Amino acid sequence: MTNETKYETHEHDVLIIGAGGAGLRAAIEAMAAGARVAVVSKSLLGKAHTVMAEGGIAAAMANVDKADSWSTHFRDTMRGGKLMNNWRMAQLHAQEAPDRVRELEQWGALFDRTSDGDILQRAFGGHTFKRLCHVGDRTGLEMIRTLQDRGVQLGVDVFMECTIIRLLTDGNRVVGAFGYWREQGRFVVLKAKSVVMATGGIGKAWRVTSNSWEYTGDGMALAYDAGAELLDMEFVQFHPTGMVWPPGVQGILVTEAVRGEGGMLRNKNGERFMEKYDPQRMELSTRDVVARSIYTEVREGRGSEHGGAYLDISHKPADYVKQKLPSMYHQFKELADVDITKGPMEVGPTCHYMMGGIRVEAETAASSLPGLFAAGEAAAGLHGANRLGGNSLSDLLVFGRRAGIGAAAFANKTSAPSIDPAQITEAERDMVAPFDRGEGENPYSVHRDLQEVMQNLVGIFRVAEDMDKAMVELEKLKQRAAKVRVEGSRLFNPGWHLSNDLKSMLTVSEAVTRSAVARKESRGAHSRIDFPKLDEQTWGKQHNVITRDGDRMKLQQVPVDAVPDKLLELLAEEK
Amino acid sequence: MADAILEVFRGNQEAGGAKQYTVPIAPGMVVLDALHYIQGHLEPDLAVRWNCKAGKCGSCSAEVNGRPRLTCKTRMDALPTDKPITVYPMKSFPVIKDLVTDVSWNYRVNKKIPPFTPKPNTEWKMYQEDVDRVQEFRKCIECFLCQDVCHVVRDHHMKEEFGGPRFFVRVASLEMHPLDNVSRTKLLKNELGIGYCNITKCCTEVCPEEIKITDNAIIPLKERVVDEFYDPILKLVRKIRGTAKAE
Ligand SMILES: Cc1cc2nc3c(=O)[nH]c(=O)nc-3n(C[C@H](O)[C@H](O)[C@H](O)COP(=O)(O)OP(=O)(O)OC[C@H]3O[C@@H](n4cnc5c(N)ncnc54)[C@H](O)[C@@H]3O)c2cc1C
Ligand code: SF4
Ligand code: SF4
Ligand code: FES
Repeated sequence: MTNETKYETHEHDVLIIGAGGAGLRAAIEAMAAGARVAVVSKSLLGKAHTVMAEGGIAAAMANVDKADSWSTHFRDTMRGGKLMNNWRMAQLHAQEAPDRVRELEQWGALFDRTSDGDILQRAFGGHTFKRLCHVGDRTGLEMIRTLQDRGVQLGVDVFMECTIIRLLTDGNRVVGAFGYWREQGRFVVLKAKSVVMATGGIGKAWRVTSNSWEYTGDGMALAYDAGAELLDMEFVQFHPTGMVWPPGVQGILVTEAVRGEGGMLRNKNGERFMEKYDPQRMELSTRDVVARSIYTEVREGRGSEHGGAYLDISHKPADYVKQKLPSMYHQFKELADVDITKGPMEVGPTCHYMMGGIRVEAETAASSLPGLFAAGEAAAGLHGANRLGGNSLSDLLVFGRRAGIGAAAFANKTSAPSIDPAQITEAERDMVAPFDRGEGENPYSVHRDLQEVMQNLVGIFRVAEDMDKAMVELEKLKQRAAKVRVEGSRLFNPGWHLSNDLKSMLTVSEAVTRSAVARKESRGAHSRIDFPKLDEQTWGKQHNVITRDGDRMKLQQVPVDAVPDKLLELLAEEK
Repeated sequence: MADAILEVFRGNQEAGGAKQYTVPIAPGMVVLDALHYIQGHLEPDLAVRWNCKAGKCGSCSAEVNGRPRLTCKTRMDALPTDKPITVYPMKSFPVIKDLVTDVSWNYRVNKKIPPFTPKPNTEWKMYQEDVDRVQEFRKCIECFLCQDVCHVVRDHHMKEEFGGPRFFVRVASLEMHPLDNVSRTKLLKNELGIGYCNITKCCTEVCPEEIKITDNAIIPLKERVVDEFYDPILKLVRKIRGTAKAE
């Protein structure tokens, strides 16, 4: 018996890792192209991060502000990203988002309506016009249900609660993946002619985060291990408004829609401090600016009772607040004993979104490895140095679809892969090793220490000295993680699962820190105390790229693609 | 800081029982925080599902002091402190391990339901007043607490014959969609066994999204079934008027 047949094995044309918006949209498109498709996810179907998205999907439909157009959306996205964006992705995204939203409606999604019977749009930070299509503050739920139902109806194979721990390769071509069923702990081989990585972000490496246990950066780490390039890993978005009190809910997101609907930020002296930092856009400035402003107010002693700022929407009629922000109303009432129709919320920055990730081609979402595609938060390029709110959900639709097309086309023109079983044996051995250790640390304590390191040393404001310290600490944590011990059986064992997720978190944490040390300027979400200014001459012209070189991480700089003249004119225009 | 005692089910299909843990209480703490404390400090192999920790994903369902609840929205300070807080898996689904149950039945039921099907040449205009009632159903986060509490599933184990309140909510969201054009009444009557529901309203009581499952979804659907199957004249009138849905 060969090693390969020892395991439960499935074969598809296209394997999609991740069942969030990006993965499901890719699946739908690959199925439409006639491919046999499987989708894998760590959680149950419908529970991916996308379900939590609140505020809306950005698309220049011009239903509310008639003057909106793709070119303004393009300009807003590029300016918000401080021109670190892949211009072609930003262009495709702005041009295609409206059709992708209409498609959702045609598959059964029910957005809030304008009085003319069209999809209603709301204001959001950094967007010139009212642009976010939404359903109260549960837009992500509407989106994931719609996509999930569509995928199930088309007959996609879904492998839920199955964690991928390794990409399988043939030479440098990606030909499938190896993972385990969370329930039983049994291993499974998933062969495919092409693979789409749609695994989302990395926020669980920080202590204060809006992200769930799933966000351990697996997709980026697995792609890196297989040889793919990671782009601009220093750009980690801290959302300005997470909950700060009580302790158990610290970091949980307070949607930007609160500010979109007119919410005001004040410090403990009652001052609307955004007047100082961005008098024009005020609360609806970009996220990097608002997050730094709140942080600065707190650091200078003008914070709220529990170390944040006050966010107030209570000047709006109570019924309006409950209708437009129902889940915020319940979240604060039930978890923090605050009635947001009567008084202010306390908010502070929380680690939220990863702009960096797997480097892809704009048109096809192909990574630098043959057979590997990436879309959604796991991919990089669209958002540059800072993402605008609402641009992620549209990203998932636009580039999820493109990845589906790209992966199906690749599968169509290639033969079934062969897989060298040695890589499987090795992955299995590493995975079960923590059971065999007689002694060793609990993986949870290593995770807690990692979160402290990233929170305290590679947070909103960065400085070389801290980050050098972080590199030393990460090295120690890597050694500790290699020696953790797990108890119990393989049956649904979260401690065991974490022992492996830790490796992904350590890889992405190191990539973030190395890239952040290298970028000696402040741009978008990356703020250096020691280099507080933009450096257009050098860093404005280059990206950081991380690759694996044996056991070591290699960092290089590559030039930023020049924006074609026609689009440059758009960027220069005023509205 | 005060401590709380939690009594948590530990075990699987074959064997298991309650185990007690002492957990320090912090302000505003929820039951899921306490479970995470156990995982992180006492027994790392405690199995529990969760994702959002904010009542949005419907992963963390369990029975707290005997009531089906989202553990991420159940405050410790709202529970009596004089006796241990019990946390058990949802009873209507087979246990996999500890608080994690096999909910795959729900996904199988869902597959039986014909998807949203618009009329040919639909003009995509809808007004807020027409979508309001459907949006209520679309708030469902698939926590399956209603499925857990419904006696048809819980006590009578009728999983083959019955769809359960969650899927009546889903059918209602399709049937009442202003632009949908197929009828699912036959499915409701036959495969989903809506007749087994005797309107006890237990499902509505536990729904964390406060969906009025019985009043707004089940009763109107039952009426449609009655019209369709037991009132042929009304059905004829509808056909003539062109308001009947295709089958
Ligand atoms: C609270 C909150 C609110 C937000 N609100 C908005 C908003 O209003 N508008 C907006 O545009 N954006 C918003 N965002 C951001 C946006 O929701 C996310 O960026 C987006 O949903 C990510 O989608 P995705 O498809 O890339 O990944 P996800 O939806 O996170 O899906 C990732 C999938 O990959 C799977 N996976 C991961 N690792 C593995 C592995 N090793 N093996 C198998 N499967 C794996 C997971 O199980 C999951 O199914 C919000 C984010 C949060 C946290
Ligand atoms: S009202 Fe019907 S569906 Fe709801 S719990 Fe009672 S019997 Fe079950
Ligand atoms: S209807 Fe309510 S109780 Fe039932 S699954 Fe949906 S959210 Fe949960
Ligand atoms: S963890 Fe998402 S509902 Fe409780």
